[in-house]
Amino acid sequence: MDSKASVAVQTADFDLAQEYARLAGDATVGAVVQFVGRVRDHSEGSTVSQLTLEHYPGMTEKVLQDIGERALARWNLHSVRIVHRVGPLDLADQIVLVQVAAGHREAAFEAAQAIMDFLKTEAPFWKQEATPDGSRWLDAREHDEQAVQRWNETPK
Amino acid sequence: MQILYFGRLREVFGRGEEFLTAPADPTVAGLLGVLRERGGVWATELAEGRPFRVAVDQEVAPADAPLQADSEVAIFPPVTGG
Repeated sequence: MDSKASVAVQTADFDLAQEYARLAGDATVGAVVQFVGRVRDHSEGSTVSQLTLEHYPGMTEKVLQDIGERALARWNLHSVRIVHRVGPLDLADQIVLVQVAAGHREAAFEAAQAIMDFLKTEAPFWKQEATPDGSRWLDAREHDEQAVQRWNETPK
Repeated sequence: MQILYFGRLREVFGRGEEFLTAPADPTVAGLLGVLRERGGVWATELAEGRPFRVAVDQEVAPADAPLQADSEVAIFPPVTGG
């Protein structure tokens, strides 16, 4: 049987309605959470005009798949879909989609949040921002390290 | 073995990849020792306590992880996706 976790890393934009349509007609799904991360116009006190996302081809897909499988093992879910864009992105562009389908909302909400927390601390992506002072690589945030600890997984 | 660099470290080191023969001490720590001996940004950025990560064959690996002649090693800053 195919895994119920599916991932994509791509330069192209993604379409929320199209992703939602994957679940069409499946009456076991009582709850769907879609989380979208987008390009903000400010970061750490500076104006941001553009964002470029670099990644580690091969490892990125493996890590995202692993994050999806761990969520499926921990919560009672129908499916997990993760789409992450790479390359140059403009303000307000979509960066990442996490779509979790489940029988009930508690599992869907929790898993979506956990998947984002894992993604932020494990998936090999790096953001470079264009600001009025030139371009700069974003530093990892302590907040993200703390956020992931709420899921209380033993570090690998 | 193939060594890959990503993000800020790729820029600072001025290369995205290079090929090296396996270090005398065939571990992550052994490889880092060889790279630090280059001095300059290599010694600074890869100094003990600096927040970089190492992956061997696309899995995050500790300092004592063994390396093979055909290992794919990646060195990168803490991740910032999402």
